[in-house]
Amino acid sequence: MTKDIENTLEIKNGQAVNLSEIPVLEYQEFHALVLDLLQAEDVHCVNYYAFPHNDILRFICCLADDRTQGIYLLSHIMATGGGLLKLESLTKYIDALHIYEREIWENFGIEFEGHPWLKPVRFPHDRYNGDLKVNDYPFYKVESEELHEVGVGPIHAGVIEPGHFRFTCNGEMVLHLEIQLGWQHRGVERLLLEKPKLLQRTILAESIAGDTTIGHTLAFARVMEGLSGISVNSRLDAERAIALELERIAIHTGDISALCTDVAYQLGTAVFGALRTPLINYTQDWCGNRFGKGLIRTGGSHYSLTDELIQRLRNLLDDFEWRFKEMADKAYSLVSVENRFDEIGTVTNRQAKLIGTVGMAARMSGVKRDIRHSHPFASFSDIPYVPVMLEKGDVYARYYLRRLEIEESINYIRKVLDNKRYFLSEATSPVPETNLNLSPVSISVSMVEGWRGEICHCAVTDEQGKIIHYKVKDPSMHNWKALELSLRDLEISDFPINNKSYNLSYCGYDL
Amino acid sequence: MIKETQILTHHGRQYIPDLTKARVPAPFRGRPVISSAEVDDKALMELCPTGAISKNPVSINLGRCLLCGECELAFPEKIKFTNDHIMATNDSKRLVVREGEDKRILLNPDMIREDIKQIFNRSLKLRQISAAGDNSCELELGACGNPNFDMGRFGLEFVASPRHADGIVITGPISENMAEAVQICNAAVPSPKIVVLCGVDAISGGIFAGSQALNREFLQEVQIDLYVPGNPPHPLTFINGILELTRVKFLIQ
Repeated sequence: MTKDIENTLEIKNGQAVNLSEIPVLEYQEFHALVLDLLQAEDVHCVNYYAFPHNDILRFICCLADDRTQGIYLLSHIMATGGGLLKLESLTKYIDALHIYEREIWENFGIEFEGHPWLKPVRFPHDRYNGDLKVNDYPFYKVESEELHEVGVGPIHAGVIEPGHFRFTCNGEMVLHLEIQLGWQHRGVERLLLEKPKLLQRTILAESIAGDTTIGHTLAFARVMEGLSGISVNSRLDAERAIALELERIAIHTGDISALCTDVAYQLGTAVFGALRTPLINYTQDWCGNRFGKGLIRTGGSHYSLTDELIQRLRNLLDDFEWRFKEMADKAYSLVSVENRFDEIGTVTNRQAKLIGTVGMAARMSGVKRDIRHSHPFASFSDIPYVPVMLEKGDVYARYYLRRLEIEESINYIRKVLDNKRYFLSEATSPVPETNLNLSPVSISVSMVEGWRGEICHCAVTDEQGKIIHYKVKDPSMHNWKALELSLRDLEISDFPINNKSYNLSYCGYDL
Repeated sequence: MIKETQILTHHGRQYIPDLTKARVPAPFRGRPVISSAEVDDKALMELCPTGAISKNPVSINLGRCLLCGECELAFPEKIKFTNDHIMATNDSKRLVVREGEDKRILLNPDMIREDIKQIFNRSLKLRQISAAGDNSCELELGACGNPNFDMGRFGLEFVASPRHADGIVITGPISENMAEAVQICNAAVPSPKIVVLCGVDAISGGIFAGSQALNREFLQEVQIDLYVPGNPPHPLTFINGILELTRVKFLIQ
């Protein structure tokens, strides 16, 4: 193990380092090392990607170690141009890496030998094989006279984002579900390089997934702060943590409402739905936008949490808490609701580990993945957050986990507000940066626990300090697979409650 | 049952009685007002992330404006975002707010197709298409039907099938990958029908304008009946815009 780690570079969440410090390994060595490091249960891959620079393709792998709060960076390179490019797959041994290798294959045409599921991820506009169109996705097929297929989407029945779901069914029972995404692809990663201004890039980060504005923009801001050597004061850290937890409470509440809708429990729909409104209206009172657009900026904030806002937040949480509890006590003890959620769409602990779920989708099955805890950022280093864990991995677990996380987030915000150090030492948070001097030939990795789970942003700069590559990873990259597995051996009519119980991001995945 | 009644009593009435008179409190960023103060025009234009600001006279195009408010923060003497959420219009020229103007953005009555008010006056069913929207517009459209805004009281509703719809509402900048689906969906809506562009991304591409991953050709083929600015538009902006478009008697206060 010690020898292994010598061949990597260990950094902390949000840190930037010179690119040349990352050991460049031969692929065989890289392959063996990744497999070896991932043997430990506390180590998981948070990003693995490639980018072209000066005629070579450089691969960066980021492995997060929960024991040391560190991130191991390791790399290998490949000459581009000429000949078919092949590498031995890592997915062959570790299923959780499937999505990263698929992405690299889709972008650069690298064949990963032994990969069991080498299929397009999102059909980006600059993909390697432009002839393969979004309508040509190679779905898994079963030849049988008894089975039939149900295709849904890309446009769905509700007011939600597009994705295509293909069910292979035996009567009403689903044997297999395959989800094809990419419809939402807007070219975010490319635009993050092309649009030169910091403000443009910040707004792009806000738009990666509008329901996770705080999570993604915070990951972006921390990458930029890492690369430009800015350290923010503890007050700003506190405000950011509060914003992040408020986003979590609001979305979870809305999701509980939506789950009630899907089992026709109208009281729950109405009351939880109405409870979400004052939360997002508070965010609007704080920064002028119900989703927190404008709130997170690099190096500072335009909207300091004033004493008046702090008092209103306390009042809001007090009021929300008892109202939520009153409704939840009912909604979580109703047999008719419980009966629809219990033991439906189970993802076992083994499956969750195998496919590498993160965030809520991991914690529901007893897999402890929470960046707030394992790689703390913002105020989470000072005031620890203890993840809420459940075991069962069914719709009920996802429904119940939301309630517990809401309660935990309320407690957490109170702890931050009660910590005098944050709000007395500095009267306001600093003014945001408008222009940054990024350190040249550097890489920065930033992770944030958004409400869906682990968000990871990486940026690489060239000799002039210009960003030459930006990588975004939304937690949904891993968790869509969990939804697919949830549907196995379920009635197709249970699809909506399963889909809602995850509420995964389409645009965060499609970029 | 007693418990349910208790919850309902505590829940109270959250609905907004008159949506046409409702106000969104500051610091909500709605329609901007531009003063005649002298500022560095070039710096002001340069600041805008989407090039929504132009000069001679200084004006902001709400079809491009993300309402990020950064211009107001940098030039408070020049630009002020009011909390006026009434911004939807059918006339793209009216999306441009000029220096010295401080009047509500309304629809151009001469441009409303005659059959719209005749047919959709009492009921309008819409098919929402998220064409690479970031899910904030979609959430706000979803909120239009919630207990607060309850647009269902006007017979306004989102429906599952384009066959049941009287028109489409597009959110997002329209990705290449969604271009065909948008065409097919619109074609499946029976005529007469309307097309609404909801959010700055749909109207101009927003921050994604110029991305090679977009295909906005569809917009050349159809007449747009309503532009709803915002990033995302507030539910009240959307509902009031639709009401103004379809109701025979409708007076914005």
